[in-house]
Amino acid sequence: MNGFEGLPLWISIPVALLVMLGATLTLIGALGFVQLSSFYDRLHAPTLGASWGTGAIILASSILATYLQQRLVVHELVIGLCVLVTIPVTLMLLGRTALLRDRTENPTALPEKMRNSLDAEDAAQQEQEAEERAKQSSA
Amino acid sequence: MSGMILTFALGYAQLVIAIAACLAGSRILLGPRAQDRVLALDTLYLTVMLLFLITGMRLGSVFLFEAAMVIAVMGFVATVALTKFLFRGEVIE
Repeated sequence: MNGFEGLPLWISIPVALLVMLGATLTLIGALGFVQLSSFYDRLHAPTLGASWGTGAIILASSILATYLQQRLVVHELVIGLCVLVTIPVTLMLLGRTALLRDRTENPTALPEKMRNSLDAEDAAQQEQEAEERAKQSSA
Repeated sequence: MSGMILTFALGYAQLVIAIAACLAGSRILLGPRAQDRVLALDTLYLTVMLLFLITGMRLGSVFLFEAAMVIAVMGFVATVALTKFLFRGEVIE
């Protein structure tokens, strides 16, 4: 099929282990994503695939390509960096959005002390922003 | 020997990641609320990107790798746009 037969064992065994580790972690994350009951629990499950799931597979791909092409191949690390930077941003945004939607639509799904406390904070922040805007427009 | 190990490992990884993608897809169908579906879409993007990487390793092809890179970036943009829509009710203010 391809050039795998000529590879030495000290390359193929780490690559195989890393690939299997990454794939299994991704599966565990997806299982948790289906099993867990509340959205705020489910928010944590895919990070398993995003951190070591992606990391292990990218490392394996990089090792294999480096050996096969006889030079250092680090293209994969760009993908790794991209995922590593974007996933926390996405999940943070999504968590805040879900909190806002739950507060306005069904606050009974939230624990008692989460229902209103941040609304006051948001209102204060908006007031502050409005003041700043007023200052800027007057200046 | 070496080829057998790698072929087994990559086949296993393809199978497992395909199952993970199916699970994420089932959450898109089931997800009780919109934010569940957006999160499921993000997970689906991630798993399919990993599937592309592994298939690329197995076939020794560079094109699948570049596709994975594009998917990684597109997934971020798509999820942020959808989240923004859920947050504000419009994408561009």
